[in-house]
Amino acid sequence: MLWVCGAVFVVVTTALLLSIVRGINNNNRSKQDAELPSERVLANGVGASVGLTVLTLILLLVASIVTGRTVGSPLAGSSAVTIAITGHQWWWEIQYEDAVPSRRVVTANELHIPINRPVVLKVTSRDVIHSFWVPNLQGKRDLIPGYTTAIWLQADRTGFFRGQCAEFCGMQHAHMAFDVIADSDRDFEGWLEAMRQPGRDPAPSTRRGRDIFMQSRCAGCHAIRGTEAAGQIAPDLTHIATRSTLGAGTLPNTPENLAAWIQDPQRMKPGNQMPANPLPEEDVQALVAYLETLR
Amino acid sequence: MTGRAYAASGGHLDRLEQTWADPKGPAGWFTHVDHKSIGRRYLVTAFSFFLIGGALAALMRLQLSRPDNTVLGPDLYNQIFTTHGTTMMFLFAVPVMQGLGIYLVPLMVGARSIAFPRLVAYSYWMFLFGGIFLFASFLLNAAPDVGWFSYPPLAESLYTPSKRADVWAQLITFTEVASLAVAVALITTALKLRAPGMTLNRLPIFVWAQIVTSFMVLFAMPAVMLASTSLILDRLVGTHFFDVEHAGDALLWQHMFWFFGHPEVYIIFIPGTGIVSTIITTFSRRRMFGYLAVVLSLVATAFMGFGLWVHHMFATGLPQLGASFFTAASIIIAVPTGTQIFCWIATLWSGRLTVKSPMLWILGFFTIFIVGGLTGVMLAAVPLNTQVHDTFFVVAHFHYVLIGGAVFPLFAAFYYWYPKFTGRLLSERLGAWVFGLFFVGFNLTFFPMHVLGLHGMPRRVYTYPAAMGWGNLNLLASLGAAVMACAVVLFVVDAIRALVAGVVAPWNPWNAGTLEWATSSPPPNSNFPRPPTVAGREPLWQNPPDQPVVVGLRDDARDVLVTHVLDAEPDHRLLFPEPSVWPFLTAITTTVLFVWSIFTPWAVVYGAVPVFVTMVGWFWPKSPAEGGTQLWPFSRRTLPRPNEAPAAGGAI
Repeated sequence: MLWVCGAVFVVVTTALLLSIVRGINNNNRSKQDAELPSERVLANGVGASVGLTVLTLILLLVASIVTGRTVGSPLAGSSAVTIAITGHQWWWEIQYEDAVPSRRVVTANELHIPINRPVVLKVTSRDVIHSFWVPNLQGKRDLIPGYTTAIWLQADRTGFFRGQCAEFCGMQHAHMAFDVIADSDRDFEGWLEAMRQPGRDPAPSTRRGRDIFMQSRCAGCHAIRGTEAAGQIAPDLTHIATRSTLGAGTLPNTPENLAAWIQDPQRMKPGNQMPANPLPEEDVQALVAYLETLR
Repeated sequence: MTGRAYAASGGHLDRLEQTWADPKGPAGWFTHVDHKSIGRRYLVTAFSFFLIGGALAALMRLQLSRPDNTVLGPDLYNQIFTTHGTTMMFLFAVPVMQGLGIYLVPLMVGARSIAFPRLVAYSYWMFLFGGIFLFASFLLNAAPDVGWFSYPPLAESLYTPSKRADVWAQLITFTEVASLAVAVALITTALKLRAPGMTLNRLPIFVWAQIVTSFMVLFAMPAVMLASTSLILDRLVGTHFFDVEHAGDALLWQHMFWFFGHPEVYIIFIPGTGIVSTIITTFSRRRMFGYLAVVLSLVATAFMGFGLWVHHMFATGLPQLGASFFTAASIIIAVPTGTQIFCWIATLWSGRLTVKSPMLWILGFFTIFIVGGLTGVMLAAVPLNTQVHDTFFVVAHFHYVLIGGAVFPLFAAFYYWYPKFTGRLLSERLGAWVFGLFFVGFNLTFFPMHVLGLHGMPRRVYTYPAAMGWGNLNLLASLGAAVMACAVVLFVVDAIRALVAGVVAPWNPWNAGTLEWATSSPPPNSNFPRPPTVAGREPLWQNPPDQPVVVGLRDDARDVLVTHVLDAEPDHRLLFPEPSVWPFLTAITTTVLFVWSIFTPWAVVYGAVPVFVTMVGWFWPKSPAEGGTQLWPFSRRTLPRPNEAPAAGGAI
């Protein structure tokens, strides 16, 4: 398509340049009117050009529809993985479905998929319209509250792909990214199994951090499976320490960044829904120590 | 034949000039109904908004010039990009084209006035007050921040509790009222006030473009008014049109908005093609090749323009068949546009071309618009669209289409008609510099954005991480924006310089063929002391030396000849309204109603009372003895009285 359009551009611009040169020449040589091209010649030229345009456009239309069919429907054959993705201001809720409720996995901002298998994504939004987009894997699909639609994608190699929200969704639209990690079937199943485990019971040294988490407002919004923290409005933290970023791609997930984020997330991602937590320094450190055990 | 044949002199001319004069002085300023005065105001005001919108764009380019930049925070950046888009679409592109129409259409059809001059005056004040309202809210940190298409649910009160989205919705109402009023006036002028002999197939293409655009305005604008009113009802009264929690529908907005939003692009672009046809004809020294094909292309574009709004929504997840229909429609609309381009090339090919500054902008238009059109064809394809939709590729595409298709022709129009507006010529030498800088700056700014979009940079982000590797191209784009800004500053400097020290323009500096050149530069109050009649498409080229002029119109009253729609045969004479302050006062009361209504729905009830009162003043019946209504309430102006019986017989 780029080549066709590029060629059309070259042809039309050349015709334009030629006509300008010719038009100026007509003027300078002060030709007789009879020497100028007749209306009939011009009409044939314009008619042929329009005909050629129509033909090219029809070809492009057919190509577009055929390609649309191909990328729109998953390859048949192998069994598909189904993942539900829900957009929030400004993070991604990712849920691996399973017939057995206890085997369902909820995580955030990091999508793991197996390679060489179609992955069906059922997407919707809980608040405003977002758009799910991993440029290297598939076109984008809007996440619209009130609608659940399905798209599919398939990775042909293992590795890391970046995705980002593509529909303006408010103050922090710029910081609503996610990672896609494509693994071999075995690694993927291993990861999924690890994710199914509830949050690890802390060693005595980090128990204080857990208590702070449960007693302060953290647990009101965040969930850690296996504990009494069951908040549904913020990302699930059951395996927070395995994720590579904080704040949907805003910061690398290091203990220092985590501590700074807990104390004042508004500094790194102004306008996000998490309030500042003016906790004493040792409480923050205890919290971070606990969260770092959630692998 | 020159325009001098239409000159007049003597007491008749003096009386005529006095009759058609608008009051002078600061108080008189609010009462103008002369279409040239209103058209100039429209152009200057819209161009000022262009400068402000451009300054906002420069701020955005400053913020994006390097990764993780912190010059602007997200809150301010989001207000800036929304205000930039809203300003350029609603306060610049549409009004500036309508302003050109207000000034030029009556002159091009040989009329002494625009139809409904007071309505046009009212529309100017509404447009101005709407713009002031938007920028006042910007200064109060209450400018809209939800994008120029203001998608709910983001724009609903749950997610935007401040007044920002209300400001956006009400600004739409202001500008729509203004543009609907102008559309009605332009259509009526072009169809009923033409010079005798100017049959529809002799109508200048520029006027055709204005007619087609105005009809599009009539059908497109009500859709967005419906949408913005529904939004404001959701926010203010608690209806649930777009409220998903209460069985509203978020997609409904997108259909209503883009049913307006896509034709909007053609509302901006079609007047641009009218300018291109006009200027190419003049500088090729031959009549337009394929006049019929070009006019039919304009009409076809207007119809098709309403059938492809869904290509803005391909990413929402449409059924394949539906998407294919809109792909086909979006691709097919390239045919009429292509036809026009081929006709222009044929005209250039067979003409005797001279390249003056207006022509430079036309040639710039060609290269840039063709790129924009081709990326448009690419965007029509669903698989490509879902990749580059909402990325910088789209930002590049629509700037190529809108700046290429409207701003380049507009600059051509400024250089071409500036002598008619002001009586002075702009500098050819500076003109070449302005064009060169703008052309280079434009491509430096927007071409890299294609690549950024293909590399995955979404639009409307206030920053991006350094690791993405988008920094260099963004810096290049920002430097290009600086070059463009230089070009625009240089243009403004030259325009101001020319106003006082420019070469004095003759009646017809370009040796053009259309009627606006058949009168002095700038035209007298009555436009044509001896109104012309027409014997061909380019009357100044084709009229025989003994072509008759219109006689028998009164010189002591605003007497106008009304003609038939198709053949422009004289039909009857009509007295046109005198200057009046009532349109201004009505605009003030309407403004109070609109602004008040973002705070309480009761404003619509109570605010309607002053609107009604001012409307009564506006439409107060006049007695023949008075010759018109009062200029100001409670004042009496000595209006011209009939001192002679109207000439008997027909107008010619």
